[in-house]
Amino acid sequence: MGGKLFKNFSFFSATLSFFILIGIFSILFTYAQDSIREFGFDFLGSEDWEADEDDEEIGIFGGYIPVIGTMLSTLIAMVIATPLAMGIAIFLTEIAHKSLIKPVSIAIELLAAIPSIIYGMWGLFYFAPIVQSTVGGQGVGLLTAGIVLAIMIIPFMAAITRDAMNTVPDVLKESAYAMGATKFEVIKDVIMPYSKGGIIGSIILALGRALGETMAVAFLIGSVMAIPSQITDPTTSIPVLLANNFAEAQGLEMSSMYYLALILFVVSFALISVAKFYFLRQKVK
Amino acid sequence: MSNLIMETKDFNFTYAGVDAPSLKNINLPIEKNKITAMIGPSGCGKSTLLRAMNRIHDLYPGNKYEGEINLYGTKGKENILDLKKENDLISLRQQVGMIFQKPTPFPMSIYDNVAYGMKLAGVKNKSELDGRVEKALKDAAIWNETKDRMNTSALGMSGGQQQRLCIARAVALKPEVMLFDEPTSALDPISTGAIEELISELKKDVSVVIVTHNMQQASRLSDYTAFMYLGDLIEYDKTDTIFMNPNEKLTEDYITGRFG
Repeated sequence: MGGKLFKNFSFFSATLSFFILIGIFSILFTYAQDSIREFGFDFLGSEDWEADEDDEEIGIFGGYIPVIGTMLSTLIAMVIATPLAMGIAIFLTEIAHKSLIKPVSIAIELLAAIPSIIYGMWGLFYFAPIVQSTVGGQGVGLLTAGIVLAIMIIPFMAAITRDAMNTVPDVLKESAYAMGATKFEVIKDVIMPYSKGGIIGSIILALGRALGETMAVAFLIGSVMAIPSQITDPTTSIPVLLANNFAEAQGLEMSSMYYLALILFVVSFALISVAKFYFLRQKVK
Repeated sequence: MSNLIMETKDFNFTYAGVDAPSLKNINLPIEKNKITAMIGPSGCGKSTLLRAMNRIHDLYPGNKYEGEINLYGTKGKENILDLKKENDLISLRQQVGMIFQKPTPFPMSIYDNVAYGMKLAGVKNKSELDGRVEKALKDAAIWNETKDRMNTSALGMSGGQQQRLCIARAVALKPEVMLFDEPTSALDPISTGAIEELISELKKDVSVVIVTHNMQQASRLSDYTAFMYLGDLIEYDKTDTIFMNPNEKLTEDYITGRFG
């Protein structure tokens, strides 16, 4: 009796997540219907985001700016974070003295646990003025958001990459050294190719995280509905636009926001699926 | 003691963080173009000694060598324990190759696995690389199985093939000495036979030191045998003598299976 109950309960829990996933997707899709019917795929290419002056239920809405803002801020974050995270992982697995590995690892895990709003506040009050005085601009903007996003995803990426690199068997490294390889050559020719799956997985997971990050970016990107012409210009991103506009939006604007949310959901979902696929492949090997 | 390629003199080795040495006063000659087997129960130090002969212990900090290990290579006599610079260690490891317990193909194609060491050593000429890859694979008796799939991943080969590939990879560097650390312990009997045959063939060109748990393997394969026990070299002699007529009681007890 107890066994059967437990079995049913765990089966219920396991299937629940599946239903939630489908449920969220269908709700996003349903609510986005009006906007999809109105704008279709042109939604992605349109820069307008304006409700009609007389009737707030209608207007012209396009996702170009938040989509571009999301892509650019994420791109900046990835370009900065990837080499640094690789460097940290290589340092921790191959270079650091034993006594350093633990403190550095703990520091990285703690960094990953800091709530994003703290990164946002720190970025806005401390880091944005630094960016302003060194590269110009208004402080808040794409670059600031990108850099702080990078700082947020580095620990996450470094930790997964480190775990992947730790799976390289010692004897494989030894045999490369025994062929006369230097440390650099062992890292380049053995460790990186061997842990390639995990490294790519960590990059994609970090990418998914950067795409969906709301709080820190809302503080830092400027929340301006404009195409950035310079890297320091303020703009907006999908999650930031959603967070800022939900309270007042109605009608077609609301539906357009669901459309944006749907886009973000599909892209993130696809990225995570690919990442998991890579992880699985590595485990089989 | 006529024609030596290597010898250890009063050699002591201590692992990092351990007080007592794991090898004590080892004096072991390695004859040129012969096969020297090291046998002994687990923990006797035979692998530790083998791994000192190409200084692979240096990958882990804090290990301590004392005494001498001399290599009589093309450059004349050289105490390998005096080597300090990374470049010198690299050239040592190109002269003294090593094969491990488990096959260790690199995550690259069959061709690149064999060419890898030569590329590290600075060989760039494509036709020279091709020629030496082919010769190494032939020397390792694996050419027929690999010639049609040189560009496929080495990870798709069987364990025995992978181990022969690793031997080819080491042979390609034309080493003076090859160290085998229980090279067949992870393989099936047929692959083991192929590897043993290969090792016997190799001694025309290189001197071989092999660590093995398998006493039949030592007696089948080797010209000289060293018996080690708890970090001491108990006895070293011609293989026939060690197995038929050992001097030491301990050696006799071990080879007749009374302990170990």
